[in-house]
Amino acid sequence: MPDDDEIKKVSIIVSRGSLEGVYPGLIMANGARMKGIDANLFFTFFGLHAIVKKKMNNIKIGTVGNPALCVPTPMGVGMPTWLGAIPGMSWIATAMMKKEMEKIDIPPVGEFVEMIHDAGGKIYACKATVDMFKLAPQDFCPQVDKVLTVGEFYEMSAGAQIIFT
Amino acid sequence: MSQKQIAGVTIDVNDEGYMTNHAQWNRDVAAALAKEEGIDLTEGHWKVLDFIDKDFKEKSAVPGMRRMNKVGGIETKELYSLFPNGPIKKATKIAGYPKPVSCV
Repeated sequence: MPDDDEIKKVSIIVSRGSLEGVYPGLIMANGARMKGIDANLFFTFFGLHAIVKKKMNNIKIGTVGNPALCVPTPMGVGMPTWLGAIPGMSWIATAMMKKEMEKIDIPPVGEFVEMIHDAGGKIYACKATVDMFKLAPQDFCPQVDKVLTVGEFYEMSAGAQIIFT
Repeated sequence: MSQKQIAGVTIDVNDEGYMTNHAQWNRDVAAALAKEEGIDLTEGHWKVLDFIDKDFKEKSAVPGMRRMNKVGGIETKELYSLFPNGPIKKATKIAGYPKPVSCV
């Protein structure tokens, strides 16, 4: 395969703060590093929860308005969507999913962010969101490399495939 | 599938260069495969290769990064510095096992 056909660098934007919103970006960033591809992770809006110390290990599955949720297993019978609004549903769904993830060695969010950073992936926070959420540097996990403006994000994404999740 | 001569023995490899018959593997073959990847094997590399060997024999699967960390006691940073640009892929190839199939 000629070199031009190989992906060299990816910039992955994580914009959602639910479990199913955060993990795809983390898995893709880690997978890129495992293949020797440079990886930038840019967290914006509620996706920022994944790198905020207080929030990162308390990320849950969204059970309201999710017609794909099934019981008692992920491929079971479709759950009536209104049941998703019952208090504790999100907690239960998250606990079940985490158990399955643990079995196939997908780390919890905090550990995963650390793994990606140790693997050479860069972790960035979105400046607009940081201002909007009134966050200070000490609110972030230590792996955060920098708070970036959208302009800086494009600069450091030169030559990269940009993936929005 | 093809064969190649390396370190004085003939090994079967697939089109990506992964060995298909682990019985043909030995430490000299590993050293020669590592050379092809631009790596001179040190004690640190052997710690990783030995763990993959031991774990594959137990689980019939290549350990993922987290298993390397938790069970093998090998840190992510260390793994990336020993086998740059795709540590598990490279280490597995040198250890004579199939390409890892896990996403994490």
